[in-house]
Amino acid sequence: MRDGFRLYWRYIAISLRGQMQYRASFLMLSFGHFLVTGIEFLGLVVLFHRFENIRGWQLHEVALFYAVVNIAFSFADAFSTGFDMFAGMVKNGHFDRLLLRPRNTALQLAGQELTLRRAGRMLQGLLVLFWASTSLGVVWTAGKILLLVLTVFGGACMFFGIFVLQATAAFWTIESLEVMNAFTYGGVETAQYPLSIYRTWFRKFFTYVIPLACVSYFPILAVLEKEDVLGSSVLFQCLSPCIGILFFLVTLRLWRVGERHYCSTGS
Amino acid sequence: MQPYLAILSARFRMLLQYRAAALGGFLCQLFWGLIRTMIFTAFYASTDAPQPISLEQVITYVWLGQAMLALMPYRMDREMRELMRSGNVVYELLKPVDLYFFWYSRNVASRVAPVLLRCFPMFLVAGLFLGLSGPASLASALAWLAATAGAVLLGCAIANCLAITMMWTVVGDGAWQLTSATLWLLSGMIVPLPLFPDWMQPVLSMLPFGMMVDMPFRLYMGHLPPEAVFELVGLQLMWALAFIVFGRSLLSLGLRRLVVQGG
Repeated sequence: MRDGFRLYWRYIAISLRGQMQYRASFLMLSFGHFLVTGIEFLGLVVLFHRFENIRGWQLHEVALFYAVVNIAFSFADAFSTGFDMFAGMVKNGHFDRLLLRPRNTALQLAGQELTLRRAGRMLQGLLVLFWASTSLGVVWTAGKILLLVLTVFGGACMFFGIFVLQATAAFWTIESLEVMNAFTYGGVETAQYPLSIYRTWFRKFFTYVIPLACVSYFPILAVLEKEDVLGSSVLFQCLSPCIGILFFLVTLRLWRVGERHYCSTGS
Repeated sequence: MQPYLAILSARFRMLLQYRAAALGGFLCQLFWGLIRTMIFTAFYASTDAPQPISLEQVITYVWLGQAMLALMPYRMDREMRELMRSGNVVYELLKPVDLYFFWYSRNVASRVAPVLLRCFPMFLVAGLFLGLSGPASLASALAWLAATAGAVLLGCAIANCLAITMMWTVVGDGAWQLTSATLWLLSGMIVPLPLFPDWMQPVLSMLPFGMMVDMPFRLYMGHLPPEAVFELVGLQLMWALAFIVFGRSLLSLGLRRLVVQGG
């Protein structure tokens, strides 16, 4: 286990050094990513300028949801690039190389690359977070900070899990399963607003099938100290991000199952 | 003319081969549209103030946006990117056609083909189950079609300029990212333009972005009267011409200093 982590950091250090060879390119791409993902927030501001609230939620509160899900997703997006490349590796047979090495394939894939430019999304998320929490006057007690970190970590794990699922499907389909984008990018879009504004079946889907609500809606309610219209308890709200981590562990199990099913395309 | 038409039809046939990818993309778009319509529904339920555009119209707007998505220059043509990066752009220079219009037709083809593939099922599904209304009248429908044709010409002129900037940047996502971000917001894809603050409206209506998405959609639903199409198409063509002239001069500048990468 410890050995595994050492290897992983080794991989990541190489990837980072590689990206830092093109520093100007890295800066421009991050800035571009910052703008592209930040544009979405301007849309949010425009809507609140027109409507002032969404089912009683104010702009600053919604901005907190927006910030947390974007920060969480940016981590998952940056760390999961290897799984993103996986379908291509199956197609051209490069995955066989990974199988020959005496290490866990999921670890090797995760170590393929840490895409630093995704920091652009994280930066805009952090800015929004700062702006939202200062204008809301959130008192950052140690407990709340811990909860926020746990939420971001749980969220990152959950999105990472979806990326793993997407890659796992490629063991059978060979093609990358684009449909999963509905749950990654669609999930980010969804969680930018409190989940209580959506229709019941949709809310249930993103609570029980994909635990998006557990890594955004519930814990942020606890941070805001708001009563849940759906009636969850504060204790549950504080513990719910762990379900995101659990989801990730389950997808890693599924990955193992898929791996046993692997049949090289042999080209 | 013939070589340009040939590349159009070749592209059509090529793109129509990827039906599985099209299905995946279609499902994603359905999901996305569903999220957006739910968000707008919640916003409209939160206010009593009269809005410049009704909820039914906004929902139609969202679905039209999903149906016509691929028409807009949000993403770079993957083939063009590879051409520039691999250095195969030299082969393009050898072809006995006008390079600018060769790329222009390539752009038109790669944008129109996926839309033709996707828009019919989208109209069918969204129209039957998800609240997409039909055009306000026959005149509105015709006006919308004309405006959409103008939008394609304008969109491809912009896309071509962006593709040509790749001659300088090679990696080339920079200019695309900035433009597509601006375009995404100011065309009405994120928030329908009538919902923007009133003081922004005069500016928005003169910019080329809204002419590609917002105004054609509003013609469709009768939010703009059908007669408005004449002025709109005139403006679209003016902007398209401006971008074509700009793109051509950019291209000749680029060709003069072109260093081909790779071997």
